[in-house]
Amino acid sequence: MTEKKGREVSESCVDSLLTEMVSTYCNRFYANKPELAARRIEAIGYQVGHQLSERYTMERPRFNDHLEAIKFICKDFWSELFKKQIDNLKTNHRGTFVLQDNRFRWLSRISIDPSLENGDSQDPSAMAESKAAQATSMHLYFPCGIIRGALSNLGIPCAVSADISNLPACSFVVRIKA
Amino acid sequence: MPPAGPRSGDAIFASVERVNAELFTLTYGATVRQLLTDLEEVEEVNKQLDQMGYNIGIRLIDEFLAKSNVSRCVDFKETAEVIAKVGFKMFLGIAATVTNWDADGTCCSIILDDNPLVDFVELPDTCQGLYYCNILSGVIRGALEMCLGRDIAPYLKIVTDTQYLAFTKVSMKTEVTWLRDVLRGDDAYELQVKLLKQVPEEYPYKDDE
Repeated sequence: MTEKKGREVSESCVDSLLTEMVSTYCNRFYANKPELAARRIEAIGYQVGHQLSERYTMERPRFNDHLEAIKFICKDFWSELFKKQIDNLKTNHRGTFVLQDNRFRWLSRISIDPSLENGDSQDPSAMAESKAAQATSMHLYFPCGIIRGALSNLGIPCAVSADISNLPACSFVVRIKA
Repeated sequence: MPPAGPRSGDAIFASVERVNAELFTLTYGATVRQLLTDLEEVEEVNKQLDQMGYNIGIRLIDEFLAKSNVSRCVDFKETAEVIAKVGFKMFLGIAATVTNWDADGTCCSIILDDNPLVDFVELPDTCQGLYYCNILSGVIRGALEMCLGRDIAPYLKIVTDTQYLAFTKVSMKTEVTWLRDVLRGDDAYELQVKLLKQVPEEYPYKDDE
């Protein structure tokens, strides 16, 4: 263990690693099985979220309810990862939470692999568009996995999906399992 | 504008956007673990990590050249030095040293005393044969292969009568291997970088002026 507190790396390192990890699973391993690629990418995110949440909650008391845990994700957890908090939190008070980041960093910084964007089709523009959308959604499995892993470590099993209908905002929808 | 000299790795690292290294370290660790699960063979994982690094290296070199003001990278020796000293610092925030040059300047060692990829990492016995940091060797190989093509102003040869510029690109094909690895019980990380061949290309370049 050679842990260094407060250590930093250039943001390009994280961006490059994420881009390459997603591309490895989507283009090289599971080029024709996007749902398998998605599951692997989400699983990697899950591990990361689980470990980060473990580290960030070591010295704090247990959360009393789901809302407290979700607020921790929105504030402290998000700040550690993105140097900003989640901008908007909504809930239906029945176990669904919507966490909105108005300018989600990984969508603006990560370069989408061009080979994912170029498709051969009769209608190249539509094809390219859907490929690009698919590439973007592949990238989002990672932060979804991170949130699910973090909450799972806090004893909250849930499903997490992302909504980017309002770019550059990104909303993460957390559905807590009863 | 006359080219400014190369910037120090420290100065660049201080000026770039930085993030919490834990995220980077844990993401890399989770990726390695997932690859081990999916590929089963340790050798195959080594290969994939190297390939991932190579793909990253050929992309990062642009940012490296742009931010470092390194204007020439034709000579292998100089390039290896600058990648180690400036490159490692500006991306990973760590210092790397270059040593053990052979007589004809085509083989050297890059030594890392510190390595953020391995924070919190202990390898189980089942991972024997794994080069956990193999992504780094791939990055170096990729970067050296693409270490060209941009802002190599001092090497521009002006051909005035045609208003064309010609410059020489040199692609450095290397073989990068681990000689020492702390995770395997050594006292430092040592990467041997061996130049296999330099591939020069004459390149016509239209002068816009």
